Amino acid sequence: MSSTVADALDHDEEHGPEKGIGRWLFATNHKDIGTMYLIFSLTMFFIGGAMAMVIRSELAIPGLQFVHPEFFNSMTTMHALIMVFGAVMPAFVGLANWMIPLMIGAPDMALPRMNNWSFWILPVAFGILLSTLFMPGGAPAGGWTMYPPLILQTGDAFPFLIFSVHLMGISSIMGAINVIVTIINMRAPDMTLLKMPMFVWTWLITAYLLIAVMPVLAGAVTMLLTDQFFGTSFFLAAGGGDPVMFQHIFWFFGHPEVYIMILPAFGVVSEIIPTFARKPLFGHDSMVYAASCIAFLSFIVWAHHMFTVGMPLTGQLFFMFATMLIAVPTGVKVFNWVATMWRGSMTFETPMLFSLAFVFLFTIGGFSGLMLAAAPADIQYHDTYFVVAHFHYVLVPGSVFAIMAGAYYWLPKWTGHMYSERLGKLHFWTSTIFVNVTFFPMHFLGLAGMPRRIPDYSTQFTDFNTIASIGAIGFGVSQLIFVAVLLTAYKGSKATDRVWEGTRGLEWTVPSPAPYHTFETPPKARIASEVFE
Amino acid sequence: MIRKAFLSVLALGLSAAANAEWALNMPKGITDLSLETYNIHMMIFWWCVAIGVVVFGVMIVSLIKHRKSKGVKPATFSHSTTAEVIWTVIPVVILMLIAIPVAETMVKLEDSRNPDLSIVVTAYQWKWHYKYQDEDIAFYSSLSQPSLEARRLQSGVDPSSVENYLLDVDRPVVVPRDAKVRLLITSNDVVHSWYVPDLAIKKDAIPGIVNETWFKATEVGTYRGQCTELCGKDHGYMPIVVEVVEPDAYLAWVDSRKEGAPRVASTQQ
Repeated sequence: MSSTVADALDHDEEHGPEKGIGRWLFATNHKDIGTMYLIFSLTMFFIGGAMAMVIRSELAIPGLQFVHPEFFNSMTTMHALIMVFGAVMPAFVGLANWMIPLMIGAPDMALPRMNNWSFWILPVAFGILLSTLFMPGGAPAGGWTMYPPLILQTGDAFPFLIFSVHLMGISSIMGAINVIVTIINMRAPDMTLLKMPMFVWTWLITAYLLIAVMPVLAGAVTMLLTDQFFGTSFFLAAGGGDPVMFQHIFWFFGHPEVYIMILPAFGVVSEIIPTFARKPLFGHDSMVYAASCIAFLSFIVWAHHMFTVGMPLTGQLFFMFATMLIAVPTGVKVFNWVATMWRGSMTFETPMLFSLAFVFLFTIGGFSGLMLAAAPADIQYHDTYFVVAHFHYVLVPGSVFAIMAGAYYWLPKWTGHMYSERLGKLHFWTSTIFVNVTFFPMHFLGLAGMPRRIPDYSTQFTDFNTIASIGAIGFGVSQLIFVAVLLTAYKGSKATDRVWEGTRGLEWTVPSPAPYHTFETPPKARIASEVFE
Repeated sequence: MIRKAFLSVLALGLSAAANAEWALNMPKGITDLSLETYNIHMMIFWWCVAIGVVVFGVMIVSLIKHRKSKGVKPATFSHSTTAEVIWTVIPVVILMLIAIPVAETMVKLEDSRNPDLSIVVTAYQWKWHYKYQDEDIAFYSSLSQPSLEARRLQSGVDPSSVENYLLDVDRPVVVPRDAKVRLLITSNDVVHSWYVPDLAIKKDAIPGIVNETWFKATEVGTYRGQCTELCGKDHGYMPIVVEVVEPDAYLAWVDSRKEGAPRVASTQQ
């Protein structure tokens, strides 16, 4: 018995990556799976981006030039589904896979085989979703919100849409379980909960949100499926059902979902700003409480997406006040980031630039969020381009910039080489300029009354649409620079273990590139801070 | 892609010359409540500007002064309960200052009692149907012919040559000035939404549910809006036109409708 154990240990010491495709197909290593998540996410980012290019090309000038309205609607629907479930969420799961074990001193994720499964479901789910583009009746065109009865008019794509959403949900739930189990059980022995890095904290909260709401989405789409094929009438008025009930259920998922996409971004930025300000994160514990508050409030604000559906006055007032409350913890986060910068000793490498742009532009998205919270004003803004501007400000220079910042920040740890700072800065400046050229004019379009999800518009909306389209194409092209950064990532100088001057935390105690297996014996979190003092 | 970008730049140049009318802000509208809505919008906007000036101001000062290249040694402070309390309490106070007037307007918006006139609005894919409840008047209202021809894919018609492109209908809704008009909104198929910016009204048309909203227009004129809930392929092609007329002109219009006048009413009175 004891010799078997010894054999097993010997074997483990020599264990490196498998050769060939098997390394990826049967991957159980958190670093390999993290890499696959990130590559998958980038691929989806470009596919969803190509759809955005179709949308903005059609909208560049009034009149229909390129596509039919049905296909336009498919593009807006698929763009949203792919960006939300295919690009942003897997990117954060990829970062979590790579970094959480390194940050908490764990040898791997707690459930490596489930980790493999939760990744490999995704290419299948999106393969199915993308295949609907070639089906009779076209891809889903009822909006990513899938409101019935419209979504029930989808052609052959309908059951495939539902199935792919189910798969995405299963993948997310398994990913979330893995994150929670890893964080709760596998921290370095002296890392108490409140000593955890902010990225780990925000991911822990995010994972709970995922487990809470993904089954709700699954339930909602399953009811759509039975309404369509099995004669139920959950959402069909003719059979005594209620179309508005779907909207309530959907947004009970949908609002926590937006925090699922932004909380890990808060975590990434909270890692990066202290590093480049060479000063500890201001108010670590209050940041944790703020993130928890946001997560709690996200469950009681869903109907602010529905101020025009005809709710009772008291209901509207409740959701309005609850929504406004979210501004408080969000404000605390922004103020804490600014206080972290204050009297620091800042340098402006690419990760810091993306993080600073995140703080500025996410705050602008937060401001328009506060405006949208006011129900009477929301009646004017709702379903116009003002909303499109708002959520793209929080998602593109919000979530996506944070993902970019994280990628640049940790890339030397992953590859062992410094990326090209010159290309990185070029990527940053072009992205930041074009993202504003794209989305800022949309505020004006919305205030002037241009509805969202229309393929063509009245001529008074021409100017800002043209500007937005130019910006969008510029933004799309700018992202190719990021690919260039990745392709040349192995050419840079060797990265040190610590990579950046101001880093703290366990992930910077391992060599760069991080070895295939790390922390096979638990480290002391305390040691990390002592090394770096 | 380069060709498209070039076309876009060209189009921008042309349209900027042709169309100098850049709407930057929400319309003040023509009802008391649309003005209140506008004022709420501006109030919150200015609060945001004020907060932005403070937060971004501090950040920019820090970005300029606290650089390593200036030889700054980093401070070591990492928390301050006083600061946390201050920047929690101040936003709460600001939010209360915002919430109270907003709630007052909200109460008024929902008070559709004692209307002078009720119109049942039924949405279809992709047109509107209006039925005046106390009169024998009912008609469909859909996109007008010139827009219909110009909207087709590569129609060859320049949209700017069509008057009120995509915002004109064959039969507008006609309502009297200074009358409280109640709309009872429902749908025959999927969810739509009835939206006219100048009236500050947007209400979803939902099958199986009759929603209620109201407005009291204070100025005569023609006001345009669109469906604002995705309702299928022609979602972008079901505009709304409301004509507000003097009360006696409204009565004359009602009479003309009753005497079996032509089903296609002119948009001109």
